[in-house]
Amino acid sequence: MPLSENMHVLLIWSIVLLKLKMFHRVRPSFFSLFFEQLGELGLLSFKTFKNIFKKPWEKKIFIQQLEEVGVRSFPVVSLTAAFVGLVFGLQTYVGFHRYVGPGSEAYGGPIISLGLSKEFIPILVGLMVSGRVGSAMAAEIGTMKITEQIDALFSLGADPNRYLVVPRMLACFIMLPCLTLYGDILGIGAGYFYNVFIMGVNRFIYLKNTLLYLELWDVISGLIKAAAFGIIIAIIGCWQGLRAEGGAEGVGRATTRAVVYSSISILLVNFFLSKVLPTRLG
Amino acid sequence: MIRIVGLHKSFGLNRVLQGLNLKIEHGETLVVIGQSGSGKSVLIKHLIGLLKPDKGEIFIDGVEITRMKDDELRKITRKFGMLFQGAALFDSMTVAQNVGFGLERYTGYPAEKIEKLVKESLAKVGLQGVEGLMPHELSGGMKKRVGLARAIAYKPEIILYDEPSTGIDPIRADAINDLINMMKKELKVTSVVITHDMVSSYKVADRMAMLYEGRIIEVGNPEEIKSSKNPVVQQFIHGKAEGPIENW
Repeated sequence: MPLSENMHVLLIWSIVLLKLKMFHRVRPSFFSLFFEQLGELGLLSFKTFKNIFKKPWEKKIFIQQLEEVGVRSFPVVSLTAAFVGLVFGLQTYVGFHRYVGPGSEAYGGPIISLGLSKEFIPILVGLMVSGRVGSAMAAEIGTMKITEQIDALFSLGADPNRYLVVPRMLACFIMLPCLTLYGDILGIGAGYFYNVFIMGVNRFIYLKNTLLYLELWDVISGLIKAAAFGIIIAIIGCWQGLRAEGGAEGVGRATTRAVVYSSISILLVNFFLSKVLPTRLG
Repeated sequence: MIRIVGLHKSFGLNRVLQGLNLKIEHGETLVVIGQSGSGKSVLIKHLIGLLKPDKGEIFIDGVEITRMKDDELRKITRKFGMLFQGAALFDSMTVAQNVGFGLERYTGYPAEKIEKLVKESLAKVGLQGVEGLMPHELSGGMKKRVGLARAIAYKPEIILYDEPSTGIDPIRADAINDLINMMKKELKVTSVVITHDMVSSYKVADRMAMLYEGRIIEVGNPEEIKSSKNPVVQQFIHGKAEGPIENW
């Protein structure tokens, strides 16, 4: 094909593509949408971190959120931690009994404590709070958005980010480690209860092993993870609420997305934090 | 005085405002009329800084506001009170907390003074003894009145009314019109009213402006608008389905 003919074809295709783009028939790709949303989330996070240090602080909202995120999550965290502790205690008992032999079950103590405090409790508390609190944040802020309450906040002199996002993020950042610490105690206690009181494992050896092999850093690293999950839950919940559109259906979609996105993010971030946070093997 | 120069705003490919020019004099009530979806609400959201234009300028008392940062803008929004279409009362707050919200933010007055001013604002819109009620306990008309009390509580110089008569019965709508006139008379405020309700428009307007295809196509007092030669204006004010304005 001669060069001039090539140019001709190229020109026609360019016009066709331009027209398609003009009439929005070219749908934005998955990647462009992904990066667009990532950018939105990044900007919101940046603005929120910047606003933490700006006055006036919304003390009243912050205290309300501490109660909402922390105190009201106690029942669900209690149930989750207790039953995970029990079932983990059960499986470690079976594992030691089957693979190492009868009498070795008391060595399950450190495994239960380490597994719960470093991984299971922070993740499960994160997932539970994301389902309970992250969804509520998206629904509340989403409803405020579609009923113009966020515009009203702005018109009445309040910065919506400082008023809505900052107190929620700080409350989650503080309360998630508290809930996790509480869950650690309850879960480890439940594992101890199952092994010692139900299966008759020697209490002294179980406790001695647990105290010997569980390090303070194991618990602290779990709490660091929980704080990071708190930030994720609040930022994603608020972000989804703030971008809710189109009435009740839009709020519903925002709520679902808030839970799905924050749950996936918690699992991803947990892996990377587990890799990054130092662990002593010896 | 408010001066809007060459305002453009698009949402995706939807060009809502296409070079809108408008001047609003101090102390007057200007009613902006136009079809649903013609960009009236988009226009007043630009005035208060809720939306940033793609192009164009807005001057409030000679100060250009479209390129201001949020913190600077807050000093300007202090001059505005806004009555939202659905009142936009905060669900989680009582009527008193709603009305006192702007007062707390803008003035920093002590609680007792705020309480007194809240009662005064509610009394101005004809409401008494509702301070402790939650928004869901109010009727549509009462919500609008509480929304208006909230907008006037901190004594703004300009009040923006977004569809004040929408969603309420004609009698309550007329009561809201009376309130708009009373605000102008008593508080000497500049008012911008966005509506497609012609009865309300004639009752409250000093001047009227017709928004069509992203521009102001006619400005004048109610009599001038009624006698306009523009077929678009005539079709709209008489509410006819046939004419140059597309129905759908």
